[in-house]
Amino acid sequence: MKLDSKIPDGPLAEKWSRHKFNLKLVNPANKRKYDVIVVGTGLAGAAAAASLGELGYNVKAFCFQDSPRRAHSIAAQGGINAAKNYRNDGDSVYRLFYDTVKGGDYRAREANVYRLAEVSVNIIDQCVAQGVPFAREYGGLLDNRSFGGAQVSRTFYARGQTGQQLLLGAYSALSRMVDEGKVKMYARTEMLDLVVIDGHARGIVTRDLVTGAIETHSAHAVLLCTGGYGNVFYLSTNAQGSNVTAAWRAHKKGAFFGNPCFTQIHPTCIPVTGDHQSKLTLMSESLRNDGRVWVPKAAGDKRHPSEIPENERDYFLERKYPSFGNLVPRDVASRNAKEMCDEGRGVGQSGLAVYLDFADSIKRLGENAVRAKYGNLFDMYHQITGENPYKEPMRIYPAVHYTMGGLWVDYNLMTTIPGLYALGEANFSDHGANRLGASALMQGLADGYFVIPYTIGDYLATICPKPVDTTHPEFAAAKKRVEDRIQTLLSIKGTKTVTEYHRELGKIMWEYCGMARNEEGLKKALEMIRSLKADFWKNVNVLGTNEELNQQLERAGRVADFIELGELMVIDALNRDESCGGHFREEFQTEEGEAKRNDTDFCYVAAWEYTGENQPEVLHKEELKFENVKLTQRSYK
Amino acid sequence: MNLTLKVWRQKDASSAGKMVTYPAQNISPDMSFLEMIDVVNEGLVKKGEEPIAFDHDCREGICGMCSMFINGRPHGPKQGITTCQLHMRSFKDGDTISIEPWRAKAFPVVKDLVVDRSAFDRIIQAGGYVSVNTGVTIDANAIPIAKDIADEAFDAATCIGCGACVAACKNASAMLFLSAKVSQLALLPQGQVERDKRVERMIDQMEDEGFGSCTNTGACSAECPKEIGQHHIARLNREFITAKISSSNK
Ligand SMILES: Cc1cc2nc3c(=O)[nH]c(=O)nc-3n(C[C@H](O)[C@H](O)[C@H](O)COP(=O)(O)OP(=O)(O)OC[C@H]3O[C@@H](n4cnc5c(N)ncnc54)[C@H](O)[C@@H]3O)c2cc1C
Ligand code: SF4
Ligand code: FES
Repeated sequence: MKLDSKIPDGPLAEKWSRHKFNLKLVNPANKRKYDVIVVGTGLAGAAAAASLGELGYNVKAFCFQDSPRRAHSIAAQGGINAAKNYRNDGDSVYRLFYDTVKGGDYRAREANVYRLAEVSVNIIDQCVAQGVPFAREYGGLLDNRSFGGAQVSRTFYARGQTGQQLLLGAYSALSRMVDEGKVKMYARTEMLDLVVIDGHARGIVTRDLVTGAIETHSAHAVLLCTGGYGNVFYLSTNAQGSNVTAAWRAHKKGAFFGNPCFTQIHPTCIPVTGDHQSKLTLMSESLRNDGRVWVPKAAGDKRHPSEIPENERDYFLERKYPSFGNLVPRDVASRNAKEMCDEGRGVGQSGLAVYLDFADSIKRLGENAVRAKYGNLFDMYHQITGENPYKEPMRIYPAVHYTMGGLWVDYNLMTTIPGLYALGEANFSDHGANRLGASALMQGLADGYFVIPYTIGDYLATICPKPVDTTHPEFAAAKKRVEDRIQTLLSIKGTKTVTEYHRELGKIMWEYCGMARNEEGLKKALEMIRSLKADFWKNVNVLGTNEELNQQLERAGRVADFIELGELMVIDALNRDESCGGHFREEFQTEEGEAKRNDTDFCYVAAWEYTGENQPEVLHKEELKFENVKLTQRSYK
Repeated sequence: MNLTLKVWRQKDASSAGKMVTYPAQNISPDMSFLEMIDVVNEGLVKKGEEPIAFDHDCREGICGMCSMFINGRPHGPKQGITTCQLHMRSFKDGDTISIEPWRAKAFPVVKDLVVDRSAFDRIIQAGGYVSVNTGVTIDANAIPIAKDIADEAFDAATCIGCGACVAACKNASAMLFLSAKVSQLALLPQGQVERDKRVERMIDQMEDEGFGSCTNTGACSAECPKEIGQHHIARLNREFITAKISSSNK
């Protein structure tokens, strides 16, 4: 199978308008004859379900939480980018496009990124019209802040709760469509498989998480808006329930998986305190606007930070990257923090932390101004660590945060299975090898509000609007496979808990496929994951039955899929003999220790095809062509 | 630390429930309350006993999913935080801690500590939105909003829909939750057109769901993890009266 990215012809700035004109349309009277399934109600899913409902399609939306409003997007803190240039500081669609391509270390598609930058301005208009309370200035107009990897202020925010406010906006639009009967909402319902008939996505198999009922739902198109897979590392900033199951099941049904090894490690998270830890808490990147990152100059300096004089501190980001300073992109900031700790200059009990210090900002702006900007983040830090960040510097360390990889999609957001789309963090599309801060919210909403409503018509217009035949044997067969898998999980009755397997997988991934990777380690990880998988299916202990709310069973299925995904991530990391963005292979670095890309051999998207149980995945390459941006060694100096 | 837990166990919506006692041993004060339950649950699974079911997701106080009634208070003893933000350093070695689900007719127990809060979604569906379709073309800055108004709307908009206000209220009223949404949209210019219809429909829906009426005890605000103020209920009442007058004049 040949990958066709369907990038439209024409000059960069005109591609999307031309494409919109060329896309086939579904006539308004016919729209209600098409059923569309939207799995996930985060920014991508809620925006898509609401917008498609408004257009007249029949939508069924699914989420595993008890309410669509609780999707993981709710937790995003810092902000959302848009090329509004309200600051008059030189921003433009082209600059946002350029920053994103560069920030992604030249591993994203130019055309997609340009479209993203183009629609970013509409997103802000849309959200304000819904009543999203973005931060404002005294004059009543919208305020902005800066984020990493950019030299302009283009980030819109709502205190430290931007994701919450944007999601509640999308949720309100979704709720309106539920009220109008255009969207039927299934909460506490988990998709466990995809139904593919004659090569096209035609439905899903779900489990009602309260009763355990396994059901099938048919549709003319299925949208996976199921978020990222950072929890493959066990500890991450993601919500506990975030998982890869929907995307992984689709992958096993024929959807290629793009760049699985591209994961983002966020530099500013609260360090791990012990084995009991269940998740890591992010301290928003926006803090790097006013906080200064430092470690003691001398290794092993265990003095209290207040006792370390100015000239014995190393503000290493400001020193190494004078033009971006504390606002270098995430991959660069994380790697540098790790380097400091590897040199023995880490701080705190474990030595696995660096300081993020607000003393200067408090002196310059006053405590109240700092509180107004970051109050809830400071409170959160205080609550978790018992330390007061107004009085002493925060301790931070990198943690797994976001996955740039995901299901491969073409320019229309369609996967390699016709009729199956992937939106938001679940797809691989716009961030290349590293995502810039405040760009995930932008991408989720762009996909849901402004891309899919156009592109889905192009597919639906080619298929007949008559109802999908649910008596097709594939529906029953898919359901049976799901039931059998659940019965297997319940019947193993081994000695190890699901959490133990998950934690073990996480350790392997963090150690060998985390912030720094090398061939030897990756090969070792491959063996370890394979034996973990074999052991899981022999020795996992899942209590209870299917016919009840059974949280162990839910997690068992997700962890089983994470184990398989982990293997593919390692294979992908081994294949990519270069360093780029979040993928840092120790063998490939510049003399100064920065990521060294290999554009001659690896300027492509790695799209992996599943070929069967215990068969090797097959690599397909989508060559990336850069017609507008010149590939250079990223420099933030 | 070593603690004794008394936890509500209930197999499903139709079974009767009861309090069951469990020891929680070797608990670190750095653990979050939910991590403490994780430890107890791991122990139960190891012994072949069913773990305690509870709702949670973000574990950082924003999704509104966690919902434990701890020692007689929703989200436990500390002000302004959710269950998942509570840390064990807020308890003492040897403490006995009781843990129950939210109790309200409109929030039936699903299992153990898990309740059904879908009534909240239906209240929002009854008008907790501005009716704009995707694709508006007015520039965002064409709608200036004074900072103090925007800030007050924001305070209301921070409601996480957890339901602690209902659990705290002796009448199981949902007025604080409702008022947060009504207040947000009543303050903003975007919310004006549908102002009257919104409040009337949302109140009707709340009554249909079986929530109790508000007698201004203030327990809701006191226990709200986002500290949504009582004055939003006052605004809701004004909105409702204005809407009633204007609809009876029509
Ligand atoms: C702590 C934190 C802070 C962040 N801050 C920012 C920020 O400031 N700016 C920014 O741009 N980005 C930020 N991000 C990233 C951003 O929040 C996410 O990438 C984005 O919200 C993902 O949205 P989504 O719609 O793709 O998926 P999600 O919001 O993760 O939603 C996934 C949905 O899929 C559903 N689902 C998943 N699997 C299934 C299944 N099998 N069956 C049924 N339903 C399923 C879930 O129920 C949920 O509704 C942050 C992320 C984190 C973790
Ligand atoms: S008003 Fe407060 S207590 Fe009630 S649902 Fe909202 S956040 Fe929870
Ligand atoms: S788990 Fe999300 S608020 Fe507690």
